Amino acid sequence: MACAASTEPAGRFDLDAPWQLDAQVRVRPEAFGALLYHFGTRQLSFLKSPALLAVVRSLGTQPSARAACTAAGVQAGDLMHYAHALQTLAASRMICQRGTA
Amino acid sequence: MTALPLAEQFQYGLQAPICLTWELTYACNLSCVHCLSSSGRRDPRELTTAECMAVIDELQRMQVFYVNIGGGEPTVRPDFWALVDYATGHDVGVKFSTNGVKITPEIARRLAGRDYVDVQISLDGATAEVNDAVRGRGSYDVALRAMENLAGAGFAGFKISVVMTRHNVGQLDAFKAIADRFGAQLRITRLRPSGRGADVWDELHLHPGQQRELYDWLVAHGTDVLTGDSFFHLSGFGGTLPGLGMCGAGRVVCLIDPVGDVYACPFAIHPSFLAGNVRDPGGFAGVWRQSELFSDLRRPQTGGACESCSAFGSCRGGCMAAKFFTGLPLDGPDPECVKGHGEQALAAAALGPAPRPSPDHSHRAAPHRAAERRPVPLTLLTRPPQSAARPPVTACDANPLAGFVPER
Repeated sequence: MACAASTEPAGRFDLDAPWQLDAQVRVRPEAFGALLYHFGTRQLSFLKSPALLAVVRSLGTQPSARAACTAAGVQAGDLMHYAHALQTLAASRMICQRGTA
Repeated sequence: MTALPLAEQFQYGLQAPICLTWELTYACNLSCVHCLSSSGRRDPRELTTAECMAVIDELQRMQVFYVNIGGGEPTVRPDFWALVDYATGHDVGVKFSTNGVKITPEIARRLAGRDYVDVQISLDGATAEVNDAVRGRGSYDVALRAMENLAGAGFAGFKISVVMTRHNVGQLDAFKAIADRFGAQLRITRLRPSGRGADVWDELHLHPGQQRELYDWLVAHGTDVLTGDSFFHLSGFGGTLPGLGMCGAGRVVCLIDPVGDVYACPFAIHPSFLAGNVRDPGGFAGVWRQSELFSDLRRPQTGGACESCSAFGSCRGGCMAAKFFTGLPLDGPDPECVKGHGEQALAAAALGPAPRPSPDHSHRAAPHRAAERRPVPLTLLTRPPQSAARPPVTACDANPLAGFVPER
């Protein structure tokens, strides 16, 4: 299932929505985090920490992005950093809301 | 969330390359004067179709998501389209570089209908005169016809790849106009003294003033124009250019050549940068993860003479291959250092010969290298007529007969 173009305004990320990795995205774990590649847009992205990788990996099975962050052990004080990183991924169609395709 | 910037992390290497160049053949219908891989003749030891497919299987296992295929002219391999299909069917996207010779309307239609394939047409002049002086007579028309075919088939966003020389840097806006006309994306890369490029570097590389001109143009165009991260040595002029801004050789980048040899980068085809071969027992993964050369490149590097320079933080000493093939130490300035340190270093290095690029697959039927050094006729016209038949002897000329003219 491919992502539709995001309708979220830039900089706003809906932490309470259900999200998933785009079906055309592959993930390669690396020591610093991971490499993401979107076969449709031919774009690369980098996940700059193993914790962010854990969040992204669990998006598809958690009821919301917030729940995925909690499950990955993200502290409340760091949540906005993660929301910002996830928004960047959404803007480049690496992740999308479930049910938007 | 992260302790180190990505570029710093990448210095220590990755599980697999991010940017892998795979030259499928040394065979080429052209004899471009600056060819990085000294291509022309097919090497009889070239990887077979089955061996290429085994490499693709390995790339899939290593999660190398895409490869940049080149040559030579890769499309002259009879199994080229089969290999492209095999790669894209195994989660390995393909961007291939071509001079356009095989991009017929029919092939263009096939390519346009396919995901995971990108095409890059080489063009080194915005006019036939400037292009053909470097790439050979008729090559401009072939490239433009390929672009027309791709655009006509609805292939949006293919790449037009230009190697910057002192004769085409003034055509940057014209290149951009060509790309815009075809709905293509412009890619500008640096001329390297690698392969046959070593023979013409003195005559074709940018003058210092032109480097500034190029830098300003790149800054003005931002991420609209791709550069393959090849101009980070220019960041000494001011702000950093888009990209990683580091030499990725053996760390995030490498080259597989047509016979399976793995080199640290596409500009370093020389025994000093040979890490192994995909036919070795450990395959490509073994070379990438265990070769001594790559392990060395992933250790912290010293900036040597450059470390005290104010620009070192952004230029990182420039391009390893450019230094190597101009005879400069690898821990010193780039030959095109924007602070002028390269020229001083070149003057000092002139005492000894620079390493010769090897191996050489140039067409035997082509004129001898020395005799074919006529990249742009304008250059020759400035010389006295009696010296037009031979090139000037440069300090880097390793030929023991350099400058010797037999009696006729």
